Amino acid sequence: MKSESEHQQQTQADTSHQSENKAADIQQEVGATIGQPFVKQPKMQARHVDVFYGEKQAIYDVSLDLGKNEVVALIGPSGCGKSTFLRCMNRMNDTIPICRVSGMITLDDEDIYAEDMDPVLLRARVGMVFQKPNPFPKSIYDNVAYGARLHGLAFNKAELDEIVITSLQKAGLFDEVRDRLHEPGTGLSGGQQQRLCIARTIAVSPEVILMDEPASALDPIATAIIEELIDELRQNYTIAIVTHSMQQAARVSQRTAYFHLGKLVEIGATNQIFTNPLHELTENYITGRFG
Amino acid sequence: MDATTLLVVITTLSLLGYVLGRQRSIKVAANHGGQRKLHSLPKYYGYMVSLWTGLPALVLLVFWLIFEPGIINSMLLAELPAEMSALSENKLSLVMNDLQLLAESGRIKAETDPVKRSAAETLVGLENRSQLVRNILIFSVALAGTIWSLSRIRVHTRARVFVERIIRYLLILCSLVAILTTIGIVLSVLFESLRFFKSVPLTDFMFGTKWSPQTAIRADQIGSSGTFGAIPLFAGTLLISAIALIIAVPTGLMSAIYLSEYASSSFRAFAKPLLEILAGIPTVVYGFFAALTVAPFIRNLGETIGLDVASESALATGIVMGIMIIPFVSSLSDDVISAVPKAMRDAAYGMGATQSETIRQVLIPAALPGIVGGILLAASRAIGETMIVVMAAGLAANLTANPLQAVTTVTVQIVTLLTGDQEFDSPKTLAAFALGLMLFITTLVLNVIALHIVRKYREQYE
Ligand SMILES: Nc1ncnc2c1ncn2[C@@H]1O[C@H](COP(=O)(O)OP(=O)(O)O)[C@@H](O)[C@H]1O
Ligand SMILES: [Mg+2]
Repeated sequence: MKSESEHQQQTQADTSHQSENKAADIQQEVGATIGQPFVKQPKMQARHVDVFYGEKQAIYDVSLDLGKNEVVALIGPSGCGKSTFLRCMNRMNDTIPICRVSGMITLDDEDIYAEDMDPVLLRARVGMVFQKPNPFPKSIYDNVAYGARLHGLAFNKAELDEIVITSLQKAGLFDEVRDRLHEPGTGLSGGQQQRLCIARTIAVSPEVILMDEPASALDPIATAIIEELIDELRQNYTIAIVTHSMQQAARVSQRTAYFHLGKLVEIGATNQIFTNPLHELTENYITGRFG
Repeated sequence: MDATTLLVVITTLSLLGYVLGRQRSIKVAANHGGQRKLHSLPKYYGYMVSLWTGLPALVLLVFWLIFEPGIINSMLLAELPAEMSALSENKLSLVMNDLQLLAESGRIKAETDPVKRSAAETLVGLENRSQLVRNILIFSVALAGTIWSLSRIRVHTRARVFVERIIRYLLILCSLVAILTTIGIVLSVLFESLRFFKSVPLTDFMFGTKWSPQTAIRADQIGSSGTFGAIPLFAGTLLISAIALIIAVPTGLMSAIYLSEYASSSFRAFAKPLLEILAGIPTVVYGFFAALTVAPFIRNLGETIGLDVASESALATGIVMGIMIIPFVSSLSDDVISAVPKAMRDAAYGMGATQSETIRQVLIPAALPGIVGGILLAASRAIGETMIVVMAAGLAANLTANPLQAVTTVTVQIVTLLTGDQEFDSPKTLAAFALGLMLFITTLVLNVIALHIVRKYREQYE
């Protein structure tokens, strides 16, 4: 299901960018997103999202959609707010006292910041995988079973076993750990730990998975396994992935969003972003002129 | 010049040595193409010269001060007239003291006994000579150290290595002091205990259920031969400590959870030190709080519901002791809970866990070893506590599990055993060492367990 075929919205900025060359002018020009932020079948929609840490603004008026069964890559220089934006999508920012979010984010047309939305239930629907693998210091089994137990998804041991095993299988880890399910998850290698975290996340059957640089702490082989996994997961989930690797974004995503200093500069079909970026900042970044 | 002045002179010389060494190294370096050629930074050459100036002189001074009195004494003895040096040892030391006083008083001329006067004059002469020799010797050693080390400065002199080696020796020396002291204490307690176990069999001590340490003071006294069964004491200690822990562990743990997870950082910054003050209140204050406030309160409460409560009850003592050790549990638990990596919280919240679920299922298990460490620390403190028990629980060595009765503890008995006016080698006083040894072993075991657990905890999050 490719979303780039939809020409939904072109912002006015994309015609003016060629005439501007000086960096200072470009900086001021960021503010209106160019490309295709919106899709026909959105799973999550963000509109005019601003995020503040205390007085400091980290995200400026970002609007975009995550389409059903698509992988959206978020790229951009360090500190440009990719993680911050990602954490807005399942209200993980609620755990940071000084963080304030405005604008609107919906999941299946439900406002996730509405009064009656329980962030705890939301996070069961919008799961998250973190940069550093963070399995609990519990057994592999208990790690995967954690969410299922938490949300009462299994009524007996057999069902729980079933959930644990299928999740591990989906995460491509089961064959490696089938004999050591009751050994600590922290004893696995980095790549295995990250797949364990993915298994833990999909065990609660989320609808959306947010991944914040899931492979940045891993070696190339483990990275390749994770990337393959992401591609498979797309069949059933909507995925947003933050990555620092252009190749990774190109390999796993259908659409790519480029963030710069808290603003969404450009978003569009991945192959278009990497072959024919519309904005000069995007081009500079993907050709490695800064980052 | 007395020893203090000499010390000041040595210090000044070594400061001077620092300046000289530093300058010299810079000059040497300049002759060889700049400071980059120097093996160490100039300040290390300064330290090196300073150490060579001060250290040998200081060591010499210390030895001199240790051995000087003995040597002077024997020299004086050799010069004394025969009728004096022939005196018995006790008398001789009296005479020596006399002479010493006389020499220090400065009124030798007024002394009427000519023998004494001449002896005192000899002593003063000896002391003056010794001081002169000492001052000259030490001053020259310091100076020689300065000059020699200054002359040794080349571009490739490894001043930093030298200084760091000296620092390492100093550190070793300091830790040796602590270790040797500990070993000394343990050995002395051990040997005294062994003496005790010669008169009272180990089994009687360990398994006896009656504690009544009154022994006959005089041989003709009858009636009190002393029984040294330590079980009631350890049972009392156990009872009071258990009550204290029952109070302290839940309170401390919950306040730690509140402080680390729910409280705002400003409240935490204010409440945590306040809580820690609890551990800083002198135990004697807790003692009269227990004896004058809590114990009567509990007795009255017991009376109203028809219970017979001793006025010195284990319960009152345990409660107050529990309050005292709350900070040991709470402060340490707070630290370890806060130290659980943010990634763990993120993981739990990201799975959709609520705050209390995160605390119960992730933070507490992850911090458990540290929490247990804190509890064991609190337990050691409770076991070793004396003053509160003396004041509030009394001295009756009852073997009971009833917290409403008076009990006594090991530490309290040690105090009472040693404050009597008995000979120091009677079983009664020696029993204190045996009790001390047992107590020491108990707390040692607890501490080893605590350390072990804390170490395991550290490994987990590296
Ligand atoms: N917990 C926080 N408190 C305050 N400022 C934060 C916090 N997290 C991130 N920021 C700030 O928000 C900006 C965006 O950070 P982040 O979203 O982590 O960037 P990225 O993930 O793109 O590297 C940065 O300037 C960072 O300093
Ligand atoms: Mg980030």
